[in-house]
Amino acid sequence: MPTTKRTVDVQLSTTGMDAQGRPQRVPLVVDESGSPVAVEAPPSMDPDLTGEHMLINMGPQHPATHGVLRLVLELDGETVVRCIPHIGYLHCGFEKIGEYRQYNQIIPWTDREDYLNSPGNNVAFALGAERLFGIDITERCKVLRVMACELSRIISHLVWLGTTSIDIGAFTPFLWAFQQREIVYEMLESWVGARLTTSLTRVGGMAADIPDDFLPKLTAFVNTFPKVVDEIDRVITRNGIWVGRTVGLGVMSPEEAVNYGLSGPMVRASGVAFDVRKDFPYLDYETYDFDVPVGTNGDVYDRFLVRMEELRQSTSILAQTLKRLPDGPVNVDDHRTILPPKSKATSDMESMIHHFKQVMEGPRPPIGEAYVAVESPKGEKGYYMVSDGSSKPVRWRIRPPSFVNLSAIPRMVEGHLLSDVIAINASIDIVMGEIDR
Amino acid sequence: MGLSNERSEGSALAGRSNTELSGDEPWITTKLDAFVNWGRKNSLWPMPFGTACCAIEFMATAASKYDLARFGMERQAFTPRQADLLICAGRVPFKLAPVLRRIWQQMPQPKWCISMGACASTGGMFDNYAVVQGIDSIIPVDVYVPGCPPRPEGLMYGILMLQKKVENERSSDRSLRHEMEPDPKSQLYIPPSVIDEVSEPFGNSIHQTRSGL
Amino acid sequence: MNNGFTPVVAGRASGGDAAAPATPTSIAHRGGAMNPSADAIRQRFAGVLHRADVVWGETTVIVDRTRVHDVIQWLHDDPSQLYDYLSDVTAVEFRDLEQAVEVVWHLRSLPFRRFLRVKVLLEKGAPLEVPSVWDIYKGADWLERECYDMFGIRFAGHPDLRRLLMWEQYKEGFPLRKDFPLRGRFSRSEQLRQALAANPEARYSKDELSIADAFEDLPADMRQRLGTGERTGE
Repeated sequence: MPTTKRTVDVQLSTTGMDAQGRPQRVPLVVDESGSPVAVEAPPSMDPDLTGEHMLINMGPQHPATHGVLRLVLELDGETVVRCIPHIGYLHCGFEKIGEYRQYNQIIPWTDREDYLNSPGNNVAFALGAERLFGIDITERCKVLRVMACELSRIISHLVWLGTTSIDIGAFTPFLWAFQQREIVYEMLESWVGARLTTSLTRVGGMAADIPDDFLPKLTAFVNTFPKVVDEIDRVITRNGIWVGRTVGLGVMSPEEAVNYGLSGPMVRASGVAFDVRKDFPYLDYETYDFDVPVGTNGDVYDRFLVRMEELRQSTSILAQTLKRLPDGPVNVDDHRTILPPKSKATSDMESMIHHFKQVMEGPRPPIGEAYVAVESPKGEKGYYMVSDGSSKPVRWRIRPPSFVNLSAIPRMVEGHLLSDVIAINASIDIVMGEIDR
Repeated sequence: MGLSNERSEGSALAGRSNTELSGDEPWITTKLDAFVNWGRKNSLWPMPFGTACCAIEFMATAASKYDLARFGMERQAFTPRQADLLICAGRVPFKLAPVLRRIWQQMPQPKWCISMGACASTGGMFDNYAVVQGIDSIIPVDVYVPGCPPRPEGLMYGILMLQKKVENERSSDRSLRHEMEPDPKSQLYIPPSVIDEVSEPFGNSIHQTRSGL
Repeated sequence: MNNGFTPVVAGRASGGDAAAPATPTSIAHRGGAMNPSADAIRQRFAGVLHRADVVWGETTVIVDRTRVHDVIQWLHDDPSQLYDYLSDVTAVEFRDLEQAVEVVWHLRSLPFRRFLRVKVLLEKGAPLEVPSVWDIYKGADWLERECYDMFGIRFAGHPDLRRLLMWEQYKEGFPLRKDFPLRGRFSRSEQLRQALAANPEARYSKDELSIADAFEDLPADMRQRLGTGERTGE
């Protein structure tokens, strides 16, 4: 007997959103026609308990807070009435110490602050310092930096994907995501020697040119990575538990999202097409052909979809960089910031003097200030540097995207259940190193 | 490496009465110790007190390529009450210091601590107002793993070192499981003024003269 | 999914004939093209704009401290400016202590794709106080708290100005000030002692404790200390 196929429409288990865009959390009761009927919450057994709210402390050590974040939640039963976040448990004085380091010495510090996006941070800082020095980098360096930025976006989103999956209950995508990270780690390690905290760039160029096996490895990665994304997609995107735990949570309207200063996938999921690569381009991003995914509802599910699509778009940008990588020097020929090659530094007097000045004193930019923002996987990441003409900046300010994104969490979490707090927190994609600096 | 249980009479440890020489222990105790230590070292349940970049390398060590499950450390306890091993991965600022101590106090004995990374061991590159210069001033550390961040192989070497240490523990040694709270009345207590004076050439004093910065 | 969805696109107010944004190259140190908002502020507010510079392609506008809130409100509301996105609020103190402390706002206009830096100079000896822009941009909440925590600059009108990154009873001062040494004012052992003296379970603010009926559950000595007016921190 031949089997027939039929298409089943999966109904989501929530009744949807009300007029204010808040999710409706009433028990799902359906009538004969199958449409949901809202019911009143049953009266509580003990009338004295209705007015009592509970204060729960989540963190700073907690597996699901993605770092040392402390949330104090006021609960009415299971519903969060108010959320008061406390940060600062990873405050390590980055901005203070930036005032005591030369520009090239600050680059390892940029690794450690948003440690999931180390190459991207290195690139952002180098762009800011080059703006302050008035240096134009070479074409090859631009393409290499785009490669670094997009690889960094991919590995950051993979960590987000892995940890969010664990929070919501799926363990396997974590292992798949970290396996892909290992492949990228091998590439970065062969390039610059370090897996996680790369210190890839220098002011005026890169720490090193790519080795011979880098391009074949990157080609292989670009060919196999979309299949991995599809595999993870197959497992979670249409999964009933995943959808039920993420749709309708933490909704931010577009005006609110912009007013709260949200950036990156947070604001794009709310329907605002703002991407620093498209609107305030750098590294010739306007010449690359890529799309920016924009969500519609601004809930946790949309942020998830936006980031999944960004993984695919980053892979396509990497494929384009592979085709257009030009030959030529990586570092700009500027003796103020780039060390001369060792053979010249030991034989040529002028090179020796330049080497000496750079190492002992450090490159000195003219008096001025510069703010360069890039699109990090978390949002608009910017470094604001003020120079007084000396080799150490007067002020090194990090504009942290996760910091501003996290400040909206009280607004997003109100009215949701305690377990939704975990999902919403995971969707913001916070890195406490960047928030607390 | 390995701890030798033979102590010479002239050594500083000769006066300790709570460590017996292995020659005097009955063989059943040594066999029992070996069995208990074998069980403990092969099922250390880590509590990743992960703060920063080292936590990501810890996650990579626990992932498929450098699998921690083969050491019995697959089940990571995020509550200290169910953990054996506190792996402090990442920098610890002063604001987090009392939290770390409280977590350590909540762990039941037997417990060990691995300080993973340069920042947890000595403060790392963060020699400034905000970071504790080494968590061993807050909790007792068994193994220090250097690196910024340490490679997964480095962390695994540290874990193997800790396993060696666990293997060589003796139940007759009562000092191992004894937890000391800071007690101003004890003979070991050093008043703050003396600490400041003694540590002046090493840590920052109020004079900030240690380095040019 | 949603048929009637129209994404809000940055640059939508610039019109179809505005040039597509491009990566800036060969930027001059000084004297580039100025953001038209600088002139617009000068025309709208008489005598408020002290100076407008273009440094490395970015326009900086220095305004009077008493009117900066009106200027930023106008920049947010006016249909020809529409600076709807607050990127950053921070402060700069120079090594030369005679120079003024600058409070800096980084504003972006998404519809017009513009970037503007608004500054207020707080001269030496002037009170470190500026108006808060929290009523205009909700994102200024934590940015201003952090600026207060690091510099000691008070933001008048902020709903809840307290320390954010350091703990509330942090005694050493404001870390990013230039007279604050890199390693702090106290010795390491004293810093550790003060840090460990804090009871992690006592770290609730007064209003958090007032929410729950947790006051009765606190240990007796804590209740006594709170009763005598001690602040719990955070």
